[in-house]
Amino acid sequence: MIASLSLILLCQLAGEVAVRSLAVPVPGPVVGLVLLLLLLLARDRYPALARGPLGNDGVESVSRGMLANLSLLFIPAGVGVVQKLDLLAEHGTAILVILAVSVIVTLLATVATFVAASSLFSREDETP
Amino acid sequence: MSDNPFSLWVYLSQSPLLWLTVTLLTYAVTDAVSLKTRRHPLANPVLHSLWIIGVFLLLTNTSYTTYFAGAQFVHFLLGPATVALAVPLYENRKRVVAAVLPMLVALAVGSLTAIVSVVLLARAFGLPREVILSLAPKSVTAGVAMGISESLHADPSLTAVSVILTGIMGAIIVTPLMNFTGITDFRGRGFAAGIAAHGIGTARAFQVDEVAGVFAGIAMSLNALVTSLLVPLAVTYLLR
Repeated sequence: MIASLSLILLCQLAGEVAVRSLAVPVPGPVVGLVLLLLLLLARDRYPALARGPLGNDGVESVSRGMLANLSLLFIPAGVGVVQKLDLLAEHGTAILVILAVSVIVTLLATVATFVAASSLFSREDETP
Repeated sequence: MSDNPFSLWVYLSQSPLLWLTVTLLTYAVTDAVSLKTRRHPLANPVLHSLWIIGVFLLLTNTSYTTYFAGAQFVHFLLGPATVALAVPLYENRKRVVAAVLPMLVALAVGSLTAIVSVVLLARAFGLPREVILSLAPKSVTAGVAMGISESLHADPSLTAVSVILTGIMGAIIVTPLMNFTGITDFRGRGFAAGIAAHGIGTARAFQVDEVAGVFAGIAMSLNALVTSLLVPLAVTYLLR
């Protein structure tokens, strides 16, 4: 478990180093995600890599454990909202209505586009 | 026993131990309730943990800084958890590769809708320019959104509030809304949750379905990139 956690941290660290030294506007952990994905894909190609955290479901089980409790990780930042309630007092109702409508419109637009595009592209595949 | 319970409280209330324990314990309880209600949308563990901890902080007159000194150990794991998204992505790679084109189209439409809808609505409500700018990046993860807000000379703390509110509202509404539309493609449902409600929507998607979670995670990561490019453009066109 410690080896798997170290591998995840190592990927994030490499991501942060890459992002800072190349000065690209991408979050470091996202580059870390790509690195870990490349390692997992490389393991399929070179079975010799399947050892330590990359063998025996090591990094997989630690990752699944973390993602199963993803909600927990937003709580510390979220509690900051309570401290800024005075900011909401002035335009609070308008902001709540705007955000709610915007989130509903965005959800519907995204899912409709996804479903429409996936049926369009799969139909194109079928016709020779 | 301590001869002065007050001095014990003074010691504990300043230590990271107490606030880390409060965070984990509150989540453990709210998550158990959420499981008991078979993940009912209104039993969202983030929503209920926030107000419970918030009320506790107000009652004990504890500053957010003191609370965060303990809770930061949990907050830190957001980075590693993003890296960990590689695992479900790898395990579902065939489905993801097969859906690359629909994802890119939905990303463009969804990202644009999220920004344009909030800016137009806020303008219709007659909100001041600074507030509109602060709301514009609300659909991406807090760190990125605050960066965008700063670069627009808006108010990053108002942005953080709108990001969290958007995430919670998205996480609560996504399941009933999608069931209402009758769409059963969990790739699309998850992707929409990640675009509209970033990490909190992704956490919700993982509760409902693993494939939905994978697509939400991809959507959230891609949207962070696209939104940071689109928001400055959109506000210059829409707020002239």
